[in-house]
Amino acid sequence: MIGLLVGAPLLGAAVLLVGGRFLERVGHWVATALAAVSLVLAATLFFDMLGREGEDRALHQHLFSWIPVADFQADVAFRLDQLSMTFVLLITSVGTLIHLYSIGYMEHDPRRRRFFAYLNLFLAAMLLLVLADNYLLLYVGWEGVGLASFLLIGFWQHKPSAATAAKKAFVVNRVGDVGLAIAVMLMFTTFGSFAFEPVLAGANETGEGTLTAIGLMLLLAACGKSAQVPLQSWLGDAMEGPTPVSALIHAATMVTAGVYLITRSGAIFNGAPDAQTVVIVVGAVTLLFGAIVGCAKDDIKKALAGSTMSQIGYMMLATGLGPVGYVFAIMHLVTHGFFKAGLFLGAGSVMHGMNDEVDMRRYGGLRKYMPITFVTFGLAYLAIIGFPYLSGYFSKDEIIYAGFSKGGAEGWILGGVMLLGAALTAYYMTRIMLLTFFGEKRWQPDAQGHEPHPHESPLSMTIPMMVLAVGSVGAGFFFDQGEAFVHWLEPVTGLGHGDSPVSHGTVALAATGVMLLGVAGAWWQYGRRPVEAVAPSGRWITRAARRDLLQDDFNHAVLVRPGNYLTRGLVYLDHKLVDGVVNGTAASFGGLSGRLRRVQNGFARTYAVSMFGGAAVLVAATLLMRAV
Amino acid sequence: MSFPLLTATALTPAVGAVVTAAVPAARRTAAKWLALLFSLATVVLAAAVLLRFDTGEGADRFQLTESRSWIADFGVRYELGVDGIGVAMIALTALLIPFLIGAGWNDADPKGDEAPATRRWRPTQGFFALILMVEAMVILSFAATDIFLFYIFFEAMLIPMYFLIGGFGDRAGEQDSEEGQARQRSYAAVKFLLYNLVGGLVMLAAVIGLYVATADQLPEGTFSLQAILDARAAGELDFGTGTERWLFLGFFVAFAIKAPLWPLHTWLPNAMGESTAPVAVLITAVVDKVGTFAMLRFCLGLFPEASDWATPVVITLALVSIIYGALLALGQRDMKRLIAYASISHFGFIVLGIFAMTSQGQGGATLYMINHGVATAALLLVAGFLIARRGSRLISDYGGVQKTAPVLAGTFLIGGLATLSLPGLGPFVSEFLVLVGTFSRYKAAGIVACAGIVLAALYVLILYQRTMTGPLKPGLEKLPDLKVRELAVVAPLIALLIFLGVYPKPLTDIVNPAVEHTLSDVQKTDPEPETPAVEAAP
Amino acid sequence: MSPENYLYLSALLFTLGAAGVLLRRNAIVVFMCVELMLNAANLALVTFSRMHGNLDGQILAFFVMVVAAAEVVVGLAIIVTVYRSRHSASVDDASLMKL
Repeated sequence: MIGLLVGAPLLGAAVLLVGGRFLERVGHWVATALAAVSLVLAATLFFDMLGREGEDRALHQHLFSWIPVADFQADVAFRLDQLSMTFVLLITSVGTLIHLYSIGYMEHDPRRRRFFAYLNLFLAAMLLLVLADNYLLLYVGWEGVGLASFLLIGFWQHKPSAATAAKKAFVVNRVGDVGLAIAVMLMFTTFGSFAFEPVLAGANETGEGTLTAIGLMLLLAACGKSAQVPLQSWLGDAMEGPTPVSALIHAATMVTAGVYLITRSGAIFNGAPDAQTVVIVVGAVTLLFGAIVGCAKDDIKKALAGSTMSQIGYMMLATGLGPVGYVFAIMHLVTHGFFKAGLFLGAGSVMHGMNDEVDMRRYGGLRKYMPITFVTFGLAYLAIIGFPYLSGYFSKDEIIYAGFSKGGAEGWILGGVMLLGAALTAYYMTRIMLLTFFGEKRWQPDAQGHEPHPHESPLSMTIPMMVLAVGSVGAGFFFDQGEAFVHWLEPVTGLGHGDSPVSHGTVALAATGVMLLGVAGAWWQYGRRPVEAVAPSGRWITRAARRDLLQDDFNHAVLVRPGNYLTRGLVYLDHKLVDGVVNGTAASFGGLSGRLRRVQNGFARTYAVSMFGGAAVLVAATLLMRAV
Repeated sequence: MSFPLLTATALTPAVGAVVTAAVPAARRTAAKWLALLFSLATVVLAAAVLLRFDTGEGADRFQLTESRSWIADFGVRYELGVDGIGVAMIALTALLIPFLIGAGWNDADPKGDEAPATRRWRPTQGFFALILMVEAMVILSFAATDIFLFYIFFEAMLIPMYFLIGGFGDRAGEQDSEEGQARQRSYAAVKFLLYNLVGGLVMLAAVIGLYVATADQLPEGTFSLQAILDARAAGELDFGTGTERWLFLGFFVAFAIKAPLWPLHTWLPNAMGESTAPVAVLITAVVDKVGTFAMLRFCLGLFPEASDWATPVVITLALVSIIYGALLALGQRDMKRLIAYASISHFGFIVLGIFAMTSQGQGGATLYMINHGVATAALLLVAGFLIARRGSRLISDYGGVQKTAPVLAGTFLIGGLATLSLPGLGPFVSEFLVLVGTFSRYKAAGIVACAGIVLAALYVLILYQRTMTGPLKPGLEKLPDLKVRELAVVAPLIALLIFLGVYPKPLTDIVNPAVEHTLSDVQKTDPEPETPAVEAAP
Repeated sequence: MSPENYLYLSALLFTLGAAGVLLRRNAIVVFMCVELMLNAANLALVTFSRMHGNLDGQILAFFVMVVAAAEVVVGLAIIVTVYRSRHSASVDDASLMKL
């Protein structure tokens, strides 16, 4: 049953890739249907789970022994507990909606069948990741997600920028994967196993040093997948992929994996305060980093990408707080899944109507042309900035409150940073709204002279947006009913209570206050006067933020260029030095024999001399031997 | 004595070679089918070996043994026998050859403008006969348990390989003229031969030394692996530290050249670059494996103490190979040389796993040999199809192939992903086992080797990006996609890669007991976990 | 007369022959010098035979004469052939034996 959950989309991917041209006309429906099958299965399992109580809720399924070598026993085994269930529901529901949306969005693409195969592969990998019962199987899903993102980001392979972005995403993720690999190896040498149960149970009895090492390696992995500083550079470029892919990566799959990993490994982090501190720092830095980048980008998708980084930063920070934060990290993750998917699908809908234009400065006043997109996007917008009683309000405020309850100066710093982040969130989201849907129209004919004709998207695209809008509005409120979500997850993640210097109400008030400030700031800049269609050069901070705060330049200068010199130097050395020694040996033998060859000059008398000489030497030697 | 199955397995391709070579010049196609038929018969026999091999508790270490006196004066015997590692390697060899024959179906045909010089001029027949000859030699060296017998086949396979490298090129080198390419080819072939002969010579000295040492201490000198192992175990034989180290070095250098390990690797890029794709696969996936296989069987088995003594140096060399090979792969402009350097990196992993002296490391190394064989075959054969279409090995001559030949690009990508050890494909299992095995004994080495994972992703994806994506390069507009024959060669390899990645248990079951034997030879046990966790419920 | 004097004579003849082989250019002369060396050796053999009082040396001398006769036949034939084709009997002209 649990295996089928992964199996359905995997089957879809296999059938669509192998099936060839015969499936060209129905392929997308097959893929969507299989995603829906997963969703139905997940729902069945969910209600089944609700029917059981307490300890019995978690399900285990052992499929077969995968790699057995002496003590190293890797199994293909699944584990479905409340944490996995939450993810499975999010992945399958948002995933299915995105499949549906893509039917309309990719209608004119000749390689649509392949696109859907990759989408299915993405779902399967992500489901495997959250359902795995040991870290090695999780690693399979982990890299599978990386592969699927590689294929999808680079889906429009004819564009060199897309191919480069895909490669970059995979390689940066690989750096993180190494962290996970080392963590698994450390687990094996420490605990003799890497299945969740023995590792997490054994964490209490292990030294803090080992746990810190494992924790930091897991964090490295999480940084890669969840696009946290310092491995965040791939996320912005990943926008080269088709928009549904961005929605899938940002909302339901991929970037959430890091948060899952750390929450799942809670027992390890609880025993390693130093690692937790690093998680918090990474989360806090990324939170601001993403927000600042999001404020400066004119490309609608890249601005949203910055936003995702920032929101995942919130979640990372929350997981770093330990049991106080795990539940709320996941809660924010789920609500974020809804509204971010809504935002991306909305952005895709806008681009669909605008001849794939992504520059927000070429939009303006679109609310008249795309009413449904406007409303759904607007609701998701209100949810993300934390408008009272919408989804983001509940989850984000809880994280901010958890930050304060860290206590002492740290608590105030964290709370402050998160409030600043909330203000920035409100600012950049309002900016996106104003630039896209309000003001005067600023679009121009493109290079071929085609004037865009903004129009509403077809039903297959708008229905998913509407569903997601409902989720964005209601999910938080629903989760907060009698603290339903907290009680649901508590058995897996544990729940802690800190003593916060400020009350819940104060935090909510403060968050709402800074949110209004951010909105007002954005209106001041973009709302009250017409926006220039070409971006002004801006101050240094804007320019730096447009270049992702110089992250790529840094990577290029520190890693890429020296790497290039190194490989070029090594190629030269290999040819000249290593091979040179070999060829030199050969050449010196050749030279020696050439020298010796000259003795053979063909004159009979020379040979006779050597014969006489040789005979003389022999005679002399014999006489000498006799004498001695 | 029962039916000599191992001899039959090895003899089938040898007979096939003779029969194929005897086909008249005009009947080229018949020769091809004959070669394929004989290679398939070998597969059947190898499958029989696999089935007859007993993996149960308490089964003999060497099975299907055959023993006949050969040169009685020097104690040389015709002794064959396989342990789990040998079985796996024989299966790999037998399995790959039909694919190589299928892939090289038209590689050795005389080109249209070349009139046959004489009726004896039969390049196609020669090509397939030589491949079958190599197969026979390789199977015999995997099966030989007499050290002298092993040495003979270890060296003899150089001769057909020499002609395969020197005689058949893919006519796609950087040199424009036919003559220049021929010169490059013969340079590569001679380099291959000399390198390996030097190694073989050193080994011959060590083999003789071994005989002298056994003749000194035992009633009579012997080359038999089993006899030496037994004598050691019984305490009747002790080489003494100095002698053992010299003998170990003699064997190791020969195997390190064959494997090839840095800094003895420079023959491989030349040989693989100049030869046709099937021959390149034959070199790296089959012939080179004899080197790493022999390290595992002979170096560790015969000289356990010296192996222990050399471990730090060997592990360092292996790590250098991993990183160095990967970095050089990044810097290559020639597709086949890139894959050759990637192979050097992978051989580093294999050697690392062998000398980590843990069951994960050595089991992983054995799986690695097999997975690397299949993965490289998939990648290199597709690359060969591509090269044959365009007539160039330079990466910069390609671009956007994905557009005109999507199936070719897709299979190329899967081969590449296998090379970078993507989970779900075979190589991941082995690479991870090697890493874990190394890490559990040498933490620093394990972490350094992890850098190879990232570099592998870089060189594979850069290769894919440059050749397959982006705008179409001029001259590639009419590039045909994979033909049925080519797809029939690649698809089973890919299926095998997926199978080995998802369900490697049948293979590990065969390999594990052999690895345990090897570990007990060197008297090592796996390191214990620091805090053994509570046993999880089964 | 002491038999040693024959040995001195033999050594002298051998040295003359060797010097002739090494120094002269004409193939015929070289050839005759070779004969001289052979006969010097014969003289020495016969002398030793006399000194030791057995016939071994004399038997060996007969062998040498037979071989020398055979050598003359082959050698002269070669020289004549070379002279025919090159119109020269100089040994330095025929230096074809180098690599």
